[in-house]
Amino acid sequence: MSSAAPAAGTGVTATARITAGADGSLPVLESDGPFALRRTRCAVPGWTRVTVVGAMSAPLGGDRLAIETEVRDGARLLVDAAAATLALPGRTADPAAYALRLRVGADAVLRWLPEQLVSVHGSVLRARTTVELDPAARLVLREEQVLGRHGEPPGTLFSRLTVRRAGRPLLDQELACGPGAPGGWDGGAVLGGHRTTGQLLVVDPRFDTAPAPVRLLGDHAVVTPLAGPAALVTAVAPDALALRRILDAALADLAPFTAP
Amino acid sequence: MSRSALLVLADGRFPAGGHAHSGGAEAAVKAGRLTDAAGLEAFCRGRLHTVGLTAAGLAAGAAAGLDPHELDAVADAQNPSPALRAASRRLGRQLMRAARAAWPDPGLDALAAAFPRGAHQPVVLGTAARAAGLGPEDTAHCVAYETVGGPATAVVRLLGLDPYQATAVLARLAPEMDEVAARAATAARQGVDALPAASAPLLDITAEQHAAWPVRLFAS
Amino acid sequence: MHLDHDHSHHGAVSADAHRPDGTRRALRIGLGGPVGSGKTATVAALCRQLRDTLSLAVVTNDIYTREDAEFLLREAVLPPERIRAVETGACPHTAIRDDISANLEAVEELEDAVGPLDLILVESGGDNLTATFSRGLVDAQVFVIDVAGGDDIPRKGGPGVTTADLLVVNKTDLAPHVGSDLDRMARDAAAQRGDLPVAFTSLRSAAGVGPVADWVRARLAEWTAVPAPAPAG
Repeated sequence: MSSAAPAAGTGVTATARITAGADGSLPVLESDGPFALRRTRCAVPGWTRVTVVGAMSAPLGGDRLAIETEVRDGARLLVDAAAATLALPGRTADPAAYALRLRVGADAVLRWLPEQLVSVHGSVLRARTTVELDPAARLVLREEQVLGRHGEPPGTLFSRLTVRRAGRPLLDQELACGPGAPGGWDGGAVLGGHRTTGQLLVVDPRFDTAPAPVRLLGDHAVVTPLAGPAALVTAVAPDALALRRILDAALADLAPFTAP
Repeated sequence: MSRSALLVLADGRFPAGGHAHSGGAEAAVKAGRLTDAAGLEAFCRGRLHTVGLTAAGLAAGAAAGLDPHELDAVADAQNPSPALRAASRRLGRQLMRAARAAWPDPGLDALAAAFPRGAHQPVVLGTAARAAGLGPEDTAHCVAYETVGGPATAVVRLLGLDPYQATAVLARLAPEMDEVAARAATAARQGVDALPAASAPLLDITAEQHAAWPVRLFAS
Repeated sequence: MHLDHDHSHHGAVSADAHRPDGTRRALRIGLGGPVGSGKTATVAALCRQLRDTLSLAVVTNDIYTREDAEFLLREAVLPPERIRAVETGACPHTAIRDDISANLEAVEELEDAVGPLDLILVESGGDNLTATFSRGLVDAQVFVIDVAGGDDIPRKGGPGVTTADLLVVNKTDLAPHVGSDLDRMARDAAAQRGDLPVAFTSLRSAAGVGPVADWVRARLAEWTAVPAPAPAG
């Protein structure tokens, strides 16, 4: 299953790959390490759907995991997950690395809607999502971070999201939280005691002519237009369920899931 | 390098418009997340290690001579809040006015010409620092200090907080300001792709709430 | 001529009498004074008196953002695009004296947005007797006090009372009711101010602001009497 057998004291190195074609095919669908990729049936016609299975017990400290996804010109791909991803402490004190590298071509659409990333007590994870978009690409991307399982203090999480469109930066943000993060992350400027935070990014060339207006979603979430053709929902919430409710409502509003 | 030029640039009396901005403190006070000196310290520490580090990286980059157009585009990508983007460009314009009077310089002239509506404030600050003969590390120190000095002053006015307590908060944060400045300057020397992008969700969220208030004391 | 030359002086010297295109900028007059003395009412009355013959705009510096601007909008003394509010971070005197950058942005944006202007009134947030405008922001300043604030204010002096280009003593109609002695105020003001003028006003009648409007017109005549600046470049 794993492409590189772990040496004693070190973690797993694995890269899973997805390539989606405009004809609905999946020329590449490579599971690796803890990631099992399954083609699943999509309720909405005209879309290709891949479900990530089995990230439940990964990444562990010392692991270096990646998922590379290419959505070719004209393709429509939905990627979701069977369960939340748990960042867990490993046998070593080394941090785990979890990289998502997404590329979306012209007139292609990617809906990247995984489950939550849970930063378990004692874990250290560096998560990095990089997205390269064609100017005519569309993207829906959700990220949810949960600081610790129920009732436990969080692990250490660094989570960076970098989106480039036509080679230019569109969004670049990093959240650091937990005991290994620089101070102040739980103070009134950053999370203010909230235990979950999340983002929903919608990139669509139509926003070039009609930017999404600023909208306050209660006291702890907001929709904002970015400097490019994109809208971002930023939210903090007391728990994963409350966070998901906010993001789901915004998703239905900003990017309803429909047949092409 | 002129240490005294750094003091001029970092002085809260430098007439670049900062006094009318609370760095999100006014919104945090109203939301009840900032009520005392301890809350101010946590707020400032969070600001310092997030938007402070990020702005310090941009400014240090400009001081190191990185392309200001590229830096300005990065600043846009680091700021999802349109209210904060607008405030940053407005403060950039205001700083440009003061900087050109203080340190006349072709680099500042060129930046002003390229961004008539204002470049992002950290980019202007780095360019001004360069004009003043300052390097990336000094520039990053200036940003780190103003990142926490602004909210501290604002909270003294908003809460009637004891100014000695507020100043003690700043003094306690000094070692962390040094760390942030060093990190920012190191990243800036490695180029645009190495710049930090640390962010603070609540600052982004509350900036838009604050901008919608009909009545407020501070511009941001 | 390269475009850079146009920008090279823009914004560098706040008291520059030219706009970036080389034309003469608007005369800027500041109005300061204690809370409740009638600054906003004076600005509103001036706008009504002058708006038919002059192209003018107003910048307000509220303590609480937009209150004064909203008053002017409600009173409809000027179209909304000619009124701007500047936030002052709870320090109105800083915004008009120590760090004038936000006000300079506002006056320049007004000129850019609504075209050439003859006059911009910059109203300070209600402050104390020491608040004065920077000469980098305004060309002349008016200090507004009122009889109800006590007839000893002119005697007490302070930078506003002693150095303002025009001292306005407002609400003269209230003098008998609050026991203020207008003659004494005039004598004390003259002692503090030498030759600088004093205007006594009551804004209860439409013509009440007349002496202030006349003074503003005289300043404007002086401003435009200076030979037109040479075009830039």
